Amino acid sequence: MSAAVAADDELDRRLVMATQSGLPLVPRPYHQLGEQLGIPADEVMRRFRRMLDSGVIRRIGAVPNHYAIGYTANGMSVWDVPDERVDELGGRIGALDFVSHCYHRPRNPPAWPYNLFAMTHGSSRQEVLDKVARIAALLGADCRASDVLFSTKILKKTGLRIGG
Amino acid sequence: MPEVVEARSIDAIDRAIIDRLQGDFPICEQPYAVAAAALGIEENELLARLQRLLETRVLTRFGPMFQVERMGGAFVLAAMRVPEADWDRVVSTVNALPEVAHNYRREGEKSSDFNMWFVLATELRDGIERTVKRIEEACGLPVYAFPKIREYFVEMKLRVRR
Repeated sequence: MSAAVAADDELDRRLVMATQSGLPLVPRPYHQLGEQLGIPADEVMRRFRRMLDSGVIRRIGAVPNHYAIGYTANGMSVWDVPDERVDELGGRIGALDFVSHCYHRPRNPPAWPYNLFAMTHGSSRQEVLDKVARIAALLGADCRASDVLFSTKILKKTGLRIGG
Repeated sequence: MPEVVEARSIDAIDRAIIDRLQGDFPICEQPYAVAAAALGIEENELLARLQRLLETRVLTRFGPMFQVERMGGAFVLAAMRVPEADWDRVVSTVNALPEVAHNYRREGEKSSDFNMWFVLATELRDGIERTVKRIEEACGLPVYAFPKIREYFVEMKLRVRR
């Protein structure tokens, strides 16, 4: 890595560290960050736009505590589907409007036979189970085994934390 | 769930803030003023409400959501099968590590007995393997890592349910 690239990345990294717990709640937050980091506000905004474009920032906004807004049942549905079909099926399940996350992950047999994960949320376990049943219907015979793991306690939730 | 916050004080404006400000927050000189105008309220009211929603933990954060993999880091889901008798000890050992970003207890509807699920976030990709080893040594239990092979969809935007 060249020194110039390192310095460029270092500034992004400092912006990440300055905002990972949140954006300042002041009328001109990007200006405040600029003052904090000793760079012009325009540079802060340019870097935020660039990080949004490149996907380093997924989005900027409110992150609700989903229990507090009524989603008390959160189920991670897991599925064993043929590896050669997982991309097609993952794409279709990810497109369902009630699935918030959908991934292909490795199996670890025999303890863990599942290779497709889809998160669903609801106001009750039954609502989540109904949604999971819709996924099962969509998978049909491609589903060889499945389970739903409900979260029953948040043990820790700090989110991303870099740099001490 | 013991962590449930009393959301008694969410009114229609709060609901609009939560539902409509989960993304696309503007990058401009006075972004709160722009966002407030779109919601039909004043800038200072939006700021005060966000402050309160954060204090009452209706919101866990307000700001950018970073994708650590795009910065050279790693974000990996991992799980353990923890015997009940060992539960408290393992929770404190795992939670004490700064690399553990979230940790949830989960219970399978059917046969799965993986009851502890956490996300490891490290600044460097090779940090994951080291952290997994440290947890295994400290807890005396195997850790199963489930790095994503492919992401089909991620969008955690939920509308207020009350």
